[in-house]
Amino acid sequence: MSSVTIRQVHKRYDDFHAVKGVSLEIKDKEFVVLVGPSGCGKTTTLRMVAGLETISEGDIMIGNKVVNQLPPMDRDIAMVFQNYALYPHMTVYDNMAFGLKMRKFDKAEIAKRVNNAADILDIKDHLGRKPRMLSGGQRQRVALGRAIVRNPQVFLFDEPLSNLDAKLRVQMRVEIKKLHQRLATTSIYVTHDQVEAMTLGDRVVVMKDGLIQQVGEPLELYNNPANKYVAGFIGSPAMNFADTMIEEAGGVVYAANPTMRIRVPEQIAARMGPHKDKPATLGIRPEDLRMANGADPEDLSFDAVVEVAEQLGSEIILDLKAGGSAMVASVEPTVRVKPQQKIRLAINPAGLRFFDATTEAAI
Amino acid sequence: MIEGSIWRRWVFFRLPMGIFLIFLLFPFYWMIITTFRPDGELYIPWYRATYKPFWTWNPTTAHLKYLFGETTFAIWMWNTTFIAVVSTAISLFCGVLAGYALSRLTFKGAALLGTTIFVTYLVPQTLLFIPLSEIIRAYSLGDTPWSLILSYPTFLIPFCTWLMMGYFKSVPKELEECARIDGAARWQAMLYIIIPVAVPGILSAMIFAFTLSWNEFIYALVFLSSPEQKTVPVGVISELVRGDVFFWGPLMAGALFGSIPVAIAYSFFVEQYVSGVTGSVKG
Repeated sequence: MSSVTIRQVHKRYDDFHAVKGVSLEIKDKEFVVLVGPSGCGKTTTLRMVAGLETISEGDIMIGNKVVNQLPPMDRDIAMVFQNYALYPHMTVYDNMAFGLKMRKFDKAEIAKRVNNAADILDIKDHLGRKPRMLSGGQRQRVALGRAIVRNPQVFLFDEPLSNLDAKLRVQMRVEIKKLHQRLATTSIYVTHDQVEAMTLGDRVVVMKDGLIQQVGEPLELYNNPANKYVAGFIGSPAMNFADTMIEEAGGVVYAANPTMRIRVPEQIAARMGPHKDKPATLGIRPEDLRMANGADPEDLSFDAVVEVAEQLGSEIILDLKAGGSAMVASVEPTVRVKPQQKIRLAINPAGLRFFDATTEAAI
Repeated sequence: MIEGSIWRRWVFFRLPMGIFLIFLLFPFYWMIITTFRPDGELYIPWYRATYKPFWTWNPTTAHLKYLFGETTFAIWMWNTTFIAVVSTAISLFCGVLAGYALSRLTFKGAALLGTTIFVTYLVPQTLLFIPLSEIIRAYSLGDTPWSLILSYPTFLIPFCTWLMMGYFKSVPKELEECARIDGAARWQAMLYIIIPVAVPGILSAMIFAFTLSWNEFIYALVFLSSPEQKTVPVGVISELVRGDVFFWGPLMAGALFGSIPVAIAYSFFVEQYVSGVTGSVKG
């Protein structure tokens, strides 16, 4: 087991700068998830750690050793690929044993380790089969098994659940989490799915355009997003944004646009000094909106028109139009509304976030 | 398969298929029937009442006896087999390695090199045999099997390289990356993972190369002269067509026996061959 240090790493292809100076400190036994849209450089970063891509600039260290020049086989890592990459001509047993055979383990030790891994992953009955006879979930287990038999210093996961159907994905997610709790191997996991990132990661790294946007524990990202991008990326349904102007009246700071005039909570208002009379983006999560009752103050609520109501059982997702901007609210399942109905929504002031209109950084 | 009523199946599937089959198999049928037809029947004009082109009631083995007894056909068969096997082996070895390199290793000019190799395949043999014959003479290889074993790869290697290049490209890159993380050096990943996965592609390259060298005519005609060095295609033509006299019986018998090894090679590997040409790798 070992830490991984990524220091000012760049990756340049002929005409494309894929990774633009990524630095990251991954502690021993930690499970770190790199998340972002496709083309954000997360997979390239992972592949550089694996040694499958050369590093254009910067250093990657596993433990205390700079591994920039080491071939993949000498980095003591294991990787799980999106398409499983099982060797189609070998049985499950041989797939899992291949890495050990290459490293000249003796037969008894190989058998012990493969059987042990097969036990953990519940694929003992399939050891004699070829990969094409297995279902997607079983193949993914074999791919995991092939990674754990070697007992490597670091696990690398490259979107391992993307090829599975939704139900299986949730199930395998839990299994990967359990596996990590059991083996406590340092892991780097790449995904574009923020739910996977939030549920699996000890820490989550949000990336965009080859740059890290924010690193933090899942709830930290959810509660204190560093910028508008992270705020919109983490959480489902995504955070609502509205363009507003910051204005002060009678010692109270307001964020206003033609459809709403929202009082900025005091602790944020204290930081609003330089933003006064300038545009700012107001952010509020769907779960911080609810149906207003008569008691809600005017400056913490706004009018909206229902466009679609999605009944999910445990909640209702309302797609709304508030002035010019589309909004989403997650409300109590008991609420009854019809399309085109005018409603008033109340804001939970603790959920209000503000972002600079030009830099998009959180205020 | 065409679905629907019986007549639709007949009109759109079985009938066209039947016509196609007859069209394809008739030459073989003609070869067989001519092989066993006595000379007397072979040269009957079509307007005679006794003319029965599609069948004979007096089968004879005289043509076979002539072919194996009076000509050196058995030696031609051996020559052809030897030359085809060795040149196929050389070409496959080079083609697999070159195809792998061109599809997997990223080096400057890889694409250009790939195209260049293909262009050499496009140079017609009817032109290439002139400089090649100079080379063969310079190394005193004329009239030996080695003249063909060494000149066939000039078109077989580009062919195998291109076929394998296409096939290797269809093998997921992750397989190899995974093997390399698993602790395999590049050559080990190639040997233990990529080549076993590419067996259908290799088999089809092998069948094609074997057939091409088995049937090759021009080089064999130019580089070989003595009867006991000849290959089947050249031997049959030069020894069984004398002036303007065609010895049809032995000619057809020679053609029949000449096509048997290729037919066997195809039927053995037909399944791998199909998946090799269509380039499918099942994960």
